[in-house]
Amino acid sequence: MDKTKKRDLIVSLGLIALIFVVVAVLEKVLPTTSMLFTVLKKGSIYALVAVSMNLLNGFTGLFSLGQAGFMLLGAYTYAILTIPVEARAAVYQYYDGGIVQFSVPVIVGILLAGVVAAFFAYLIGLPVLHLKSDYLAIATLGFAEIIRAIFQWDKLGGLTNGSNLLRKFPIFHSTLFPFAVSALCIGIIVMLINSTYGRAFKAIRDDEIAAEAMGINLAHHKRLAFTISSFFAGISGALLAMFQTTVQASQFKSAMTYEILLIVVIGGIGSITGSCISSFLFVASSEWWLRFLDNSETYIGSLHLGLLRPGFRKVVFSVIIMAIVLLYQRGIMGDKEFSLTRIRQRLSGLFKKKKVQ
Amino acid sequence: MGFFQTNLPYLLAGISTGGQYALIAIGYTMVYGILRLINFAHGDVFMCAALMVIYSASYLPLYVSVPVAIVATGILGFAIERVAYKPLRTAPRMSAMISAIGMSYLLQNLALYVTGGLTKYYPPIPYISDSIEIFGAMTKRVTVITPIVTVVLIIALVSIIKYTKIGIAMRAVSRDFETAQLMGVKINSVISATFVIGSLLAAVGSTLFFSNYTGVTPTVGGMPGLKAFVAAVFGGIGSIPGAVIGAFIIGICENLIKGLGWTTFSDAFTFVLLIIVLMFMPTGLFGEKTTDRV
Repeated sequence: MDKTKKRDLIVSLGLIALIFVVVAVLEKVLPTTSMLFTVLKKGSIYALVAVSMNLLNGFTGLFSLGQAGFMLLGAYTYAILTIPVEARAAVYQYYDGGIVQFSVPVIVGILLAGVVAAFFAYLIGLPVLHLKSDYLAIATLGFAEIIRAIFQWDKLGGLTNGSNLLRKFPIFHSTLFPFAVSALCIGIIVMLINSTYGRAFKAIRDDEIAAEAMGINLAHHKRLAFTISSFFAGISGALLAMFQTTVQASQFKSAMTYEILLIVVIGGIGSITGSCISSFLFVASSEWWLRFLDNSETYIGSLHLGLLRPGFRKVVFSVIIMAIVLLYQRGIMGDKEFSLTRIRQRLSGLFKKKKVQ
Repeated sequence: MGFFQTNLPYLLAGISTGGQYALIAIGYTMVYGILRLINFAHGDVFMCAALMVIYSASYLPLYVSVPVAIVATGILGFAIERVAYKPLRTAPRMSAMISAIGMSYLLQNLALYVTGGLTKYYPPIPYISDSIEIFGAMTKRVTVITPIVTVVLIIALVSIIKYTKIGIAMRAVSRDFETAQLMGVKINSVISATFVIGSLLAAVGSTLFFSNYTGVTPTVGGMPGLKAFVAAVFGGIGSIPGAVIGAFIIGICENLIKGLGWTTFSDAFTFVLLIIVLMFMPTGLFGEKTTDRV
């Protein structure tokens, strides 16, 4: 059995490598302006933040709605620290070039984005983590809003540029970059979930009191999950900044957290692969596949569809989401993972039945 | 006196916003009292009420269109409960909350589609939108009317809850869902009535609110909605007088903060207050004490 597990692991890694090769080849073949790359880039960033939210909501049972706030922290940290010194005068034109007069390499910037988000999460977690379910949700949502207000405050303009855009920081051009960073981070989260910590998280999710009785330190583990989840939310915030090429605090509204939550729900609460798949589906359908619904010049044969005009796509999209939430509550994957072992068992089961017949 | 004079406009605005928040907060607190659900879509119901007035006012005279829109909002609240929350009655609490978030997303996107993303302007309502002068401060008459309307409606609501059959049923259900059901209380009609009452009050609140701030966008309901929810938590969720007092405090503080020139923080203040309340008195001002049982 151990041997087959190892083999499956190797095959899974091979599959991931194959995905990378396919993306690399596509980049060579297709024009760089193709919608596909936008979807892949944004999808991989959303996959990371969705998995980080799933670590909290799905695996630790902490219903937190602060993800947009931590992404904001990550995005700003990255942007502030990596804008080249010579570009600062132009970016901080209203604040005399800003107060940060150095810049760090991209990788350090991304790491620090995670660290800063995690640090604030630790501080926020101290008071709020003992709150129960929906009170926790509303308190974290409140913190995200407070963070957003602070970053728009003009007194801090020397650091955050007030409510103006931050820009001119290094960005990525290849789709492989966000893919690689996200894959690495999600890999670390998967390893964490499979460790003793992960088992403690699941125990807390299933029954707090029982978990405490078994000797799990509730406060410590909740804080750990919250901090780690925010670390990765911060990193995805940095990636999002690179993807968009500009950062502005006003875009990190609670609507963003809701979108991520819906991705997690569609993928299945408690399924990492589900979150990944659904974030690509979510981004692809909202940005690409349903575009035709916004075009009022769409005809079926000679029939002019009067309903179609800008905005209809989002209506259809939210109806689909509501249908999933109401009728298909377990999402795409439920709490299961996409696993080769089970697929093989299923297949071999099919073959065996055939033999009997 | 000088301080009073400079801050009077903000104080008046605060009392008026507070009354409007109070009318929204009642919807939150009643639904939470009965279903233990944060109805995230409630702020969007508030926004939809305003859009309904705007669109119906272009066909009907105002004295018809406002009542029509208020009734339609009641129906909308009823429909939302039937579609989005009733199927999840037995599901975990979080599913209903996610469904509420989904519903809010849907209402916002519908509004975006209908308005085409343009800001719509609320029609000025004669008499209540007129400007008046109080102690030398210019304001709209709605500022004075709001607290009166709020108090009258709340007295009416409290009497409904205290003396009518449906009111008694509501109190029974919020005290103990299952036992009330066993005693023959028709849960579904009680819950529907709660949603209808909450939406009607939100619609009245939206008429008052948008007479003052006339721009209506699809996301305009989000912030007042969240603030009204904070007011409900502050007053002790499930308690109607608590929600009203909480709403007035939040409305007044927020506008005084604006008066001090800290507009960026007027929204954040509400959440700071929320977090302080949750930290130090999680049951709010008038909430019932609860104990956790294993």
